[in-house]
Amino acid sequence: MELMGILSFLVSFAIMAAIYAIFSLGLNVQWGYTGLLNFGIAGFFAVGAYTSALVTTPLPTGPLADYVRQAIGLNQPFLVGVIAAAIVSGILAALIGLLTLRLRGGYLAICTIGIAESIRIFLNNEAWLANGPQGLVGLPQPLRGLVPPAYYNFLYLGIVLAFLVLIYFALERGIRSPWGRVLRAIREDEIMAAADGKDVFLFKLQSLVVGAMIMGIGGALYAHFAAAIQPGLFTPMFGTFIIWTMLTVGGTGNNKGAVLGAFLVWALWSWSTYFILKVVPPGFETRAPFIRYILIGLVLIIVILRRPRGIIGEERYVSKF
Amino acid sequence: MASLIVSGIVLGSILTLGSIGLTLIWGILNLFNCAHGDQMTIGAYIALATVALFSNLGILQGKVGPFSFTWGLLVAFIPAIVVSAILAILLDQWCYRPLRERGIPMIVGFILSIGVAFVLRGIVYVIWGADYYSYSKGVRPTITGLPLGITLRTDDVFIMVVAWGLLALVYLFIMKTKTGKALRAVADNPTLAGITGIDTERMTILAWAIAGALIAVAGILWGIEAQLRPEMGWLFLLPLFAAVILGGQGSFTGALVGSMILGIVQQVSTAWLLPTYKPAVAFMVMVLTLLLRPQGIFGRR
Repeated sequence: MELMGILSFLVSFAIMAAIYAIFSLGLNVQWGYTGLLNFGIAGFFAVGAYTSALVTTPLPTGPLADYVRQAIGLNQPFLVGVIAAAIVSGILAALIGLLTLRLRGGYLAICTIGIAESIRIFLNNEAWLANGPQGLVGLPQPLRGLVPPAYYNFLYLGIVLAFLVLIYFALERGIRSPWGRVLRAIREDEIMAAADGKDVFLFKLQSLVVGAMIMGIGGALYAHFAAAIQPGLFTPMFGTFIIWTMLTVGGTGNNKGAVLGAFLVWALWSWSTYFILKVVPPGFETRAPFIRYILIGLVLIIVILRRPRGIIGEERYVSKF
Repeated sequence: MASLIVSGIVLGSILTLGSIGLTLIWGILNLFNCAHGDQMTIGAYIALATVALFSNLGILQGKVGPFSFTWGLLVAFIPAIVVSAILAILLDQWCYRPLRERGIPMIVGFILSIGVAFVLRGIVYVIWGADYYSYSKGVRPTITGLPLGITLRTDDVFIMVVAWGLLALVYLFIMKTKTGKALRAVADNPTLAGITGIDTERMTILAWAIAGALIAVAGILWGIEAQLRPEMGWLFLLPLFAAVILGGQGSFTGALVGSMILGIVQQVSTAWLLPTYKPAVAFMVMVLTLLLRPQGIFGRR
């Protein structure tokens, strides 16, 4: 039984880390390869999670309808939810990109902060859409009936890993293609890339949208794992900033690094709570988790200043001729 | 409606104190300082700690004239300003100067500033917790008998006097002194200013000190107007950026006008929208600016 407890803890840890690895890969497309600052990952996270939730659940009926309000409920299978999450998240990114990508880099950063905060406020206040602050619960989990409930997380880990592997190899292909080389050229020197006849704006837009679609998938996978979502989850810390630390620690511009960083930082985040709670004096338990804000922030700052390559770092050559 | 506009002017005055520092740093370093809001929180909480200290010592407990706060808070402006200015300089020395020296693009500094923001907020959360605080308990006196049914707190008058007085000082300093001229030159074109013999590093430190001092005052004033909470600065960041973008990057007048418009728009929007939508309203102003006039009202291409 003890072993089973440890194992199930490890499995939930791995599921969350793998979901974060997907976000980290998405950010790597945008920041790592193209140099686009997305400070609003939480927004795409939330949009992905809510889209999939609204697509896969039925409209509430009977007594439930008195407690749960949702404007859409399509009752579609899991995969349809994931695809819809990617599409809606991508459309959102395209709109932000059209607005800001012709301007200097900072505008994208500020606008993504703005969109993430606005989405959170919107979901909180507009209860007609998706039940407001209480959020949506009882989201369907794929292949639920296949295994006994106690073992379900093992199955879900398999599903998440399948998505992670698929996205990883697709990105590796993309980055090693001419398309990926243009992205890196834009990151290094926009004017040179433009002088070579590349439509810088269009490539940036594609990068932003591809990254956001991956984040949308991550959001959907999170929603069906947690089976309950509420706007309060998608905070700047939990939804955006931790992912920046993951990518930076692992190695900006390296997909392996993005995945590695996600697992390492998620381990730091989830296990530091345990240790912090052991050492803090009684009465400070509610404040102790915020030590992690300082911890994760310091890790990010120190890595950028001391070891900007991260653990793995970018490969010098990604394509062989 | 008239009341909302007046409270918008009060909010705009506070925003101006923040946006001037933001636009100054943006002009000089090309840095969007995402920690600016949380530096504001730190300033406000330093004043809170000072007020608590006076209250423990039992000194400076009397209320100032018709206002809601004590003499202790007036004195507390000093440590808050000093600590905030020093903090700003140290942050620059530790985080952003290494980037300048190694010639790393300042876009990396944006990420650092987000890291700084979370460290600062984490410190506030750990020391003070997630509770809301006020500088003083008790009623906040209002001024009665104003035309158009305007309700105005006595505190609002204090806020405007402090904010505008300080702005006048900063304006005189930047526009009329030689150092201020050098500062403007660096903000306009750092390389050119360096060639003409201006010590750009010194001017950079000065800019951080000014930005840190002003944002601390903004934090205290907002603490008087509303309440202190760890997220107060983060919620100010979007309106601040919106004000800077609306006014035009690097422009003193732009920061002022942008902030006043933002303050009024945010407050008037509460006539139709829930107050929690204020950051989203700021974002909408930002979006409209970028659509219609990306360089801002007073900006140059």
